[in-house]
Amino acid sequence: MEWLYVLMPISGVTIFWPGLVILGIGVGIIGGFFGMGGAWMVTPGLNILGFPMAFAIGTDIAHMAGKSLISTMRHGRFGNVDYRLGFIMVFGTVAGFEAGAQMIMWLERLGKVDFYVRWMYVVLLILIAWMVFSDVAKKKKKEREAKAAGMEIDNLATGLEWHKTFHKIKIPPVVHFKTAGFSCSVWLPIFVSFLTGWLAGLLGIGGGLIRMPALIYFVGCPTHIAVGTDLFEVMISGLYGAGTYTFKGRTELVAALIMLLGAAVGAQIGTVATKYIKGYGIRIAFGIAVIGCCISVIMKLIPTYVPESKDILDITSTILILGLVSSLSIYIFVKMIQGAKKEIAMKKEKA
Amino acid sequence: MSKLWAKLTGVMVMVLLLMPNIVIASGEKAAAIVIVADTRKLTGWEGWFANLYNESHLYFALLTVVTIPIVGVVLGLLADMVMSHVGIDLSSRELSEH
Repeated sequence: MEWLYVLMPISGVTIFWPGLVILGIGVGIIGGFFGMGGAWMVTPGLNILGFPMAFAIGTDIAHMAGKSLISTMRHGRFGNVDYRLGFIMVFGTVAGFEAGAQMIMWLERLGKVDFYVRWMYVVLLILIAWMVFSDVAKKKKKEREAKAAGMEIDNLATGLEWHKTFHKIKIPPVVHFKTAGFSCSVWLPIFVSFLTGWLAGLLGIGGGLIRMPALIYFVGCPTHIAVGTDLFEVMISGLYGAGTYTFKGRTELVAALIMLLGAAVGAQIGTVATKYIKGYGIRIAFGIAVIGCCISVIMKLIPTYVPESKDILDITSTILILGLVSSLSIYIFVKMIQGAKKEIAMKKEKA
Repeated sequence: MSKLWAKLTGVMVMVLLLMPNIVIASGEKAAAIVIVADTRKLTGWEGWFANLYNESHLYFALLTVVTIPIVGVVLGLLADMVMSHVGIDLSSRELSEH
């Protein structure tokens, strides 16, 4: 069975390559579906495969750049990417990331901050999950009220509508985002991307997990456009990250390419699945992913109080994340197959 | 509007110039380490690959930045062909929240 193992020329370790492909497929599906890089899912997977952690971040970012490119191409053809919005948000994201990264270095000089940063991450994830599920509840309430009045709500109607208030703030210049379908002050996406970039820099994460809901609830993008536009940003930052991490000697390119083989298939499945799942289906699944991520971060925090629980919680947290990745991937895959079957059957009927 | 775009382009250029600092600032907090690939047992493409890495991290980084998008585009187009062949419409979708 030697052929199932491949030698990584840089790190010198031998890795079970089908594991890398499977991991690529899983995070590709979820990334293409939710519009995020998914580093929080990849790291435990690489850890299990025996991948040297010194190379994990760079390898993950390199494969993420390719995966996001594939997803962005597909979402672009569907009309899910607002390139103007994406370009404008790049400025805010980069500036915010710089501010966050500088701030965390300043805080580190003051003392131990890792612990507080992780708790901050937990609070943020709880807030995001609360936002998603209160939005879903509010939308259902609106539907019930409309039904009672004998009416139907619009296809693009949402529960939380904070963005409508933000759109009223017309600080010039006001820009129209054709694909996303709204006009607002250019400062709104810049401010939101600065804030999400700042949080990402502070927490040491890619930021897709924060930016996607921010695009929906604060900027006012329809869910599909938020997913596509966020992936466009992940693609730009991923390509730059791939270059810099490789330059620092932290990327195992062979592993990234093997993962990309799986991610190419996964990204297509995840992206095409968005065609068959309505916006709120994506939002609910995203909320579940956020809760899973939050529980895994809490599990990493508990050993600070109960040191003897470290081993068991590390294993549990890894199982939880990989279980979540598998369940969500299977759910998205099944939905995609069902949707595609239905579409093909309808085409045949018409013909 | 053209003034706005000129300003945005200027900021973009500045951002690109500042990016190395940003990435370094946000990178791992450990001291920089020099990693040298062990090429003694490697032959063929693996040997070439590891040697390229040892000789210049810059060339290796450039190779990564060029290879990843090319492979991504090729795999993406291949997947496109398969999906189109299956009969899935890849050019349109209905935008609906519920």
